[in-house]
Amino acid sequence: MDGKSITAVPSSGLVREYRPRPDLFRAGCWIASGATVALLGFILGEILFKAWPAICKYGFGFLTGIQWAPNRDSFGVLPVLIGTAASSFIALLFALPLGLAIAIFLSENFLPPTIRQTIRFVVELLASIPSVVYGLWGIFIVVPLVQQYGSILANKFGFLPIFSGPVYGNSLLTASLVLALMVLPTITAISRNALIAVPPTLREASYALGATRWETILGVILPTAAPGIVASTILGLGRAMGETMAIAMLIGNSQRLTWSLLSPSNTLSALLANQFAEAEGIQVSALMYAALLLVIMTLLVNIAGEAVLRRAQRTVVGLK
Amino acid sequence: MNRTLLAAAVIAASASMNLGAATAINGSGATFPAPLYMRWASDFKKVDPNVTVNYQGIGSGAGVTQFIQGITDFGASDVAMKDEEILQARTSAGGRTVMIPATAGSIVLAYNVPGVQSGLKLTRDAYVSILVGDIKSWNAPEIAKANPGVNLPNLPITVVTRSDASGTTAVFTAHCAEFSAKFNDIVCGGKGSTKSGTWPVGVAGKGNDGVTALIKSTPGAIGYVEYGFAANNKLAMAQLQNKAGNFIAPSVESAATTLASIKLPANLRYFILDPKGANDYPIVTFTWLLLKATYADAAKGAAVKAFVTYALTKGQATAPSLGYVTLPAEVVTKAQAALATVK
Repeated sequence: MDGKSITAVPSSGLVREYRPRPDLFRAGCWIASGATVALLGFILGEILFKAWPAICKYGFGFLTGIQWAPNRDSFGVLPVLIGTAASSFIALLFALPLGLAIAIFLSENFLPPTIRQTIRFVVELLASIPSVVYGLWGIFIVVPLVQQYGSILANKFGFLPIFSGPVYGNSLLTASLVLALMVLPTITAISRNALIAVPPTLREASYALGATRWETILGVILPTAAPGIVASTILGLGRAMGETMAIAMLIGNSQRLTWSLLSPSNTLSALLANQFAEAEGIQVSALMYAALLLVIMTLLVNIAGEAVLRRAQRTVVGLK
Repeated sequence: MNRTLLAAAVIAASASMNLGAATAINGSGATFPAPLYMRWASDFKKVDPNVTVNYQGIGSGAGVTQFIQGITDFGASDVAMKDEEILQARTSAGGRTVMIPATAGSIVLAYNVPGVQSGLKLTRDAYVSILVGDIKSWNAPEIAKANPGVNLPNLPITVVTRSDASGTTAVFTAHCAEFSAKFNDIVCGGKGSTKSGTWPVGVAGKGNDGVTALIKSTPGAIGYVEYGFAANNKLAMAQLQNKAGNFIAPSVESAATTLASIKLPANLRYFILDPKGANDYPIVTFTWLLLKATYADAAKGAAVKAFVTYALTKGQATAPSLGYVTLPAEVVTKAQAALATVK
């Protein structure tokens, strides 16, 4: 049917004549979404452009160099890359068991729904605390704790490289602990959604076969929700890698290569936050190169997380 | 009713006309003298309500860059401007740059050693060795020898440095590198001074305030900060051994003693690397305001000139209350002569 055949309907004045005209709403949506994609491209392009002198000068050696020395024009980010990876993974090591436990607790009916809702709200509220507040809290609470118990660790287990002294309050461990708290809401919320999405029929079938609640959770519910939990972990990792302010306040900002968790370290984002304002010459370019690496890393991690999450949702839907 | 409205409109219009006549001048740069510059800005508002001075402490390097790019009306830097930067400013900002020493301050080694409230004495060798990681514990003999009777704990030393490039670091490293080849080699990369050192030990914080916070929260810490920050935060400050061999406590007076013997060159740029006087505090620096010799906007030029004139005269009296040093009369005279060339 085209426009003309509609106008052929005898009009009583109530039916407005259809006139084809440009769909402004649709155009607006196209422009907005196009602009978003273009913006990402523009940002990446700009970073690449500014980083280009350093990419040409240092090439791949930038990733394996262990010295970041602006006063020697020598730039290598290996210690910083390791610091970024280590702080994020250690944070997940703490946050995943805790977050998953909370998610299981909140998706089962141990508590009345109102209390469960309250707890869920509080956990998700953690995500809304500004990063700098976490940093301050870390300085006043976590730093003294790490300093105190870190020296005990170093005394007892100092023969292990990861606990070797000297002990610093502002260390990789301190940053990781605070980071764990910061990624907790991400992991809890997405894992809980995955657990809730497991069809009740599976649970009932498991009970009918004589399984206890414990066996049902471990043997049926968790495996079914596993892809969602994996996705939550990957997205938590993405959040951890990009975190800046709290890390810059807690990690000690030192670009030295070390095995010890109790030593100061640095991450890509903290390096950028610390040095960008006062950088000059090739250092700006080197920092842009580091920014490019950070963007690529977080983009890849987030894409992976989203992909797993989508697959997870499809599988669970298929079960119904 | 109408009449009151009309009156209100007239008042509003005249108020906005007053605003129209007002001049705002913008400056940015060193964080080291930032508390003093902001105080001057608010005091100057009382002297001349028509001029608003905005100062942002964004760091010496960034301040020089913004001044060269012509973003700001004046810059501020702890390390003045290099000759090539002055050349750059000539082409991009249009014209000659006038460097005015505006105040001076000292850099202190502040520490947090439980049980040692103040007055810790550090020899030249000791503080350089601590900073390069050769002395690792507070009860090391090199420290104990200069401090008889002080109960030094067996506590590991945490060196606190700057994580960002900084004029404070440049001044501090220039002093240490002046007499220690090892320090120059390790921290400055053999360049004699550096805005961002390659420190072999310790943790780093952003800005004077970041370093101050780290020292406060870390037992066993020692780090370099500007005197005013340390004094305001009640940090314990070490007495440093000067070139003549005496231990001098940092204070406004000891810094003034150091400045008293300085002869400024024609461009007013002079770095006090290692003063010789018997009672000189060893780490003192001028900090400079960077002005254009010719301002395209005459009103702005006049406002900048009036503000800096105020800073060099009445403003000097407020300096000691914030931990900065009143400039010696001779320096002020030279600075005023340079300021007179600004149009």
